Amino acid sequence: METDQLIRTLAADNTERARPVGFVLALALVAAAPVSVLMFVATLGVRPDVMTAMHNPFFDLKFAVTLALAISAIVLSLHLSRPEALLRGWALLLLVPAGILAAGIGGEMMMPQRLPMMTRLVGHNSRACMTAIPLISLPLLAGALYGLRHGAPTRPAVAGAIAGVLSAGLAATLYASHCTDDSPLFVMTWYSIATALVAAIGALEGSKVLRF
Amino acid sequence: MREREDEWTGLMRLAISGDSAAYHRLLKAVTPVLRAAARRGLARAGQPVDQSEDIVQDILLAVHLKRHTWDANAPFAPWLFAIARNKLIDGLRRRGRRIFVNIDDFAETIPSEPAAETAPASEVAARLQSLPARQREVLQSIAVDSASIKDTAAKFAMSEGAVRVALHRGLASLTAKLREQS
Repeated sequence: METDQLIRTLAADNTERARPVGFVLALALVAAAPVSVLMFVATLGVRPDVMTAMHNPFFDLKFAVTLALAISAIVLSLHLSRPEALLRGWALLLLVPAGILAAGIGGEMMMPQRLPMMTRLVGHNSRACMTAIPLISLPLLAGALYGLRHGAPTRPAVAGAIAGVLSAGLAATLYASHCTDDSPLFVMTWYSIATALVAAIGALEGSKVLRF
Repeated sequence: MREREDEWTGLMRLAISGDSAAYHRLLKAVTPVLRAAARRGLARAGQPVDQSEDIVQDILLAVHLKRHTWDANAPFAPWLFAIARNKLIDGLRRRGRRIFVNIDDFAETIPSEPAAETAPASEVAARLQSLPARQREVLQSIAVDSASIKDTAAKFAMSEGAVRVALHRGLASLTAKLREQS
């Protein structure tokens, strides 16, 4: 096919309007979310003392951290779905959840504690946390990657890693309502390891499926 | 250079608001620049420069299928060159070379018309053969026989809407085939 012929053909197809990437990503996440929620409810479920736990600011802080992580990763992944996008200052968005967490750790330090620091950090659920968050995040990761395929990320591994962070943030939001370890030190340690794991899976998959 | 790029941005804005003639003009205008950059990239990778047309066509297909990721408030050239660079690297990699491609290769490029020795693009045509019959027929009718959507619809006893769908799916699967190869 001559290039001129191709150009004429592309121009003839100009009537076709594609949806914005954000729309497709939102749709894909909404479709994947019930699978993750079902996995969570069927295996772990919300902790029984949730009504009292809600009065504990450190229980609530977990959601502030995980939601801030998910939202900043969504914004970042939409930014990276444009081919000319540079990471630069945008990566600083991920400092928002880190900052909230750091403030929480500082707050906890200033309060009298029944348990020593290492005990709070190690907690009781570290293994469950590192297993559950990655597993619950997998359907969401698949959805996020599907949605982002609609974009044009020129750094597919980075975009995939951010998709991993995004889905880990959402999965951690679910998991946080089950877990009885509310110390920000526990969150900093085990949630981060779980998130890094999903980010690595996302980077690996993204480098394959997000190329265009 | 600056004027050229402003003109492209204007044309692309018209194009996404539905002006197919502006879109056609834009693609015609950027192609010589893409071609020159592709030739330069091939030369630097020690590859025969007469392969440039395959790369140019891949860039054009990607531009077409990803144009919804362009922000109409941003200049068009950086977006175009990012896509082009990505496709050029891809094309060179498939030819067995890894090479660093500088974005300035595009911005500072002098347009190049197809040189006499340029090999005809063969990859898109080859991929065309593996498409489902209906998509292939519609694409061939519009691309090779220069038929309009209306004439193509009449020829195959399809609705114009069905022709548009087949055309778009055909173009999308041409790109998907390439991704499978790499």
